[in-house]
Amino acid sequence: MEHFTLSYTTTPRLQEGHLPRLCGVVASGNLEVLVEPLDAADLCLIEVNTSAPGFRVIWEALLSDFVERNQVGGVQISINDAGATPAVVGLRLDQALDAYRSGL
Amino acid sequence: MNQSSENPVMWDALSRNSTARLERGAAFARGREVATEDITRLLEAVIEPGDRVCIEGNNQKQADFLSRSLLKTDPSRVRDLHLLQSVLALPEHLDIIERGQVSRIDFSFSGPQAGRLAALVEQGRITIGAIHTYLELFSRYFIDLTPRVALIAAQAADREGNLYTGPNTEDTPAIVEATAFKSGIVIAQVNEVVDKLPRVDIPADWVSYFVKAPTPHHIEPLFTRDPAHITEIQILMAMIAIKGLYAEYGITRLNHGIGFDTAAIELLLPTYAAELGLKGKICTHWALNPHPTLIPAIEAGFVKSVHSFGSEVGMERYISARPDIFFVGNDGSMRSNRAFSQAAGHYACDLFIGSTLQIDLEGNSSTATKGRISGFGGAPNMGSDARGRRHASPAWLRAGREGSRNRAMPRGRKLVAQIVETNREQMQPAFVERLDAWELAESAGMELPPVMIYGDDITHIITEEGISNLLLCETAEEREQAIRGVAGYTAVGMGRDRRMVENLRDRGIVRYPEDLGINKRDANRDLLAARNIKDLVHASGGLYSPPRQFRNW
Amino acid sequence: MTNVRPTSFFEATARGRVAKLVDAGSFREFCPPRLRRTSPHLARLNAPVAFDDGVAVGSATLEGYKILIAAQEGKFNGGAVGEVHGAKLVGLLDRGIRERPAAVLLLVDSGGVRLHEANAGLIAISEIMRGVLRTQAAGVPVFALVGGACGAFGGMGIVTRLCNEIIMSEEGRLGLSGPEVIETVKGVEEFDSRDRPLVWRVTGGKVRRALGEATYLVDDDIDSFRSVTAELLCRYGAKPLAVADIDEVTAEHARLAERAGRFATARDGREIFQASGFVDLDEVSLLPVAKFNQQLLEYI
Repeated sequence: MEHFTLSYTTTPRLQEGHLPRLCGVVASGNLEVLVEPLDAADLCLIEVNTSAPGFRVIWEALLSDFVERNQVGGVQISINDAGATPAVVGLRLDQALDAYRSGL
Repeated sequence: MNQSSENPVMWDALSRNSTARLERGAAFARGREVATEDITRLLEAVIEPGDRVCIEGNNQKQADFLSRSLLKTDPSRVRDLHLLQSVLALPEHLDIIERGQVSRIDFSFSGPQAGRLAALVEQGRITIGAIHTYLELFSRYFIDLTPRVALIAAQAADREGNLYTGPNTEDTPAIVEATAFKSGIVIAQVNEVVDKLPRVDIPADWVSYFVKAPTPHHIEPLFTRDPAHITEIQILMAMIAIKGLYAEYGITRLNHGIGFDTAAIELLLPTYAAELGLKGKICTHWALNPHPTLIPAIEAGFVKSVHSFGSEVGMERYISARPDIFFVGNDGSMRSNRAFSQAAGHYACDLFIGSTLQIDLEGNSSTATKGRISGFGGAPNMGSDARGRRHASPAWLRAGREGSRNRAMPRGRKLVAQIVETNREQMQPAFVERLDAWELAESAGMELPPVMIYGDDITHIITEEGISNLLLCETAEEREQAIRGVAGYTAVGMGRDRRMVENLRDRGIVRYPEDLGINKRDANRDLLAARNIKDLVHASGGLYSPPRQFRNW
Repeated sequence: MTNVRPTSFFEATARGRVAKLVDAGSFREFCPPRLRRTSPHLARLNAPVAFDDGVAVGSATLEGYKILIAAQEGKFNGGAVGEVHGAKLVGLLDRGIRERPAAVLLLVDSGGVRLHEANAGLIAISEIMRGVLRTQAAGVPVFALVGGACGAFGGMGIVTRLCNEIIMSEEGRLGLSGPEVIETVKGVEEFDSRDRPLVWRVTGGKVRRALGEATYLVDDDIDSFRSVTAELLCRYGAKPLAVADIDEVTAEHARLAERAGRFATARDGREIFQASGFVDLDEVSLLPVAKFNQQLLEYI
């Protein structure tokens, strides 16, 4: 397993009062993404736990693109990954953030 | 013309030789009929050293009994053969090479035997004439690779030797016509001998011998895809294909290369495409095997016609019940024809779309990997621009305009799309700087790297990241960035020039789901018109009868 | 022809099943993912963990009835029960004794013990079994809903049979030893685990319904599971659960012994269907659920 946490400074969060949301399943080729509020309004913390070591460079590129595309200030994201491809990771992140924002 | 009396020119040498062979074969046949136990001796009698022998077998129907019988022949009599085959599918096809009875092969595809073939080539035990696409190989049967002997497979023969090939007619007519009309010997294995055939697919005149095989020839259900295995990413790519390509160009006539990516497109027609108001506007006429995953689209009224290369196990009753859609004889059963379907895919379709293993920075696409000599089957034919085409269609004209590059004479262009996820299993990238095909060419001594579809034939690339329109690229550099711009987080994708890609995006050359108005969160399996094999059976009203391995009931 | 399509129970995740099964928005999760109660055993084995250790538990309402509900995630380690996963289920059952909901619902999707966790897993399963019995003894019914890819096997198969009622779809399976295990131990002639039609004829929802072990056979859609669960909640609401007395238990044992004797030589679900009165045995597995249920009732 590989564990690392990335920290991004972002534009401050727009809204308060979101509840934690979980998306996805820890199955082979898949991952779960937990999105929770973070006190620091202009920070995004992303914690990655992955059973497929050696792809940190790709994670960093993908996650920084994700942060840049989305307003994720004041958000903490925790990932349990079981070897998902970047395609699946990207989709799951979008789903999780969407669920978090909409409260559904 | 002056002829020396010592060396008169013989103009009928082949037919004289054939007559001699048939005389030798008469000992083992009654008329055209050969008893099952006599087949090996017959083969020894009518095959001569150095013969070009065509063994019928695509990835579906195989002349398996005749192949096994060939393996039992005396290697001192049956030797030095030049084999012509669509597909090297069975172990027996390579066993005969290992026995030292074959000196040369020309073929199209070898999927299951690709590794073993590569090993034999490396050991110098076989020479490959060339790897062809199917239509190309059939074409050479009429020019410089005419079979001397053809070993074919049919469903049934009558007492005279007329043959019924039925839904799995496939390659048989092309092989038999070339052989029979150049004085060749045609030997057919049949599943049964009957008094009256449902219809005559091959007349007895064209057949030299037929033999009842002890077990029916095996047919592989290669075109059945269980919807249960379709992933969200494949569904997302299918949405991009439907909205960004099919709807965009109004694709009514097309071929799908086999795979889960295209199966997802087929299963999204009655749902996603219907919601977009596309019924009747896309996907009406097909060159396609009878994919079970097309059933919901047919039932929903999307499809007007399907011509097939072969049949598909379990689909027979459904096909017979839909004679307006499929090509069905007066007897009620389908007739397929690989040669005509390949020609149809080339000239009468506006789009080919299929998957691949690797694409390079020019857009060259290949499934070749080191250590496996597999060939590409029909893809090179389907996936190439038909430059001889003259009739127009809106899609063809538009693609021609987009790819025109300041040419004085306008022309049309066929759409050729590759649809592939940026990473395969074990994070193998689908986008590479240099195809493995180069390495394979070197190790196997090929003149050219084996490319399935050339970059200058490809018009669109679809990945989970988006769709690139290579027609609109003005320079090689733009083309490279258009490819990098959908190559996701592969090394190729991460090496993109961001500013150039943004520019391409502004010009509509690269489009991402949000540019197409596609919400990625909609990409889920609820969008599939059928989510498993049983759903397909129900969609067919119980007419589709899946083979055992696909059932859990 | 768009998406007023039923949501497949089989395809849904555990959380997806809960969300669509209970009254909208009524689910309150206990031990939610943000508390990160993950498996220490998996972590020690360098295997990926799940924030909820593969089971979501909580309270909700269904057609207004107060329920406690647990849903196993079959895609995480085959739904197998580890220490934390098991503790959540036991905790839920114990809570049922205190809060007295209309029922405890177990959405079982599990191969049984999580072997990685060895004894901890085995103990967890046995505690769940005792938990079910304790909760029932306190007068709270426990219903099992079985319709996922893993089915209910191993220790969770036993747990399922301990429940007061079992609702199955025909995609669901219920058994003890898994098909591959039977084949490995007894040989392929005894049981070919790759013969999927056979596996379903022996352990699938239809044969379990024909045997009377499953109370209901429903279509693979969450709405169908919901409406049948609501029926059960209504029925048990009207006539509360009584602890079985010794005569009832003895009679049940006799009934089971008789049934075991009657089918002693049966090797295939076909024989069960035949004994249940079905005539066209080849057709049974393809019969739509409604038709199957109707014909079964006619024969009874």
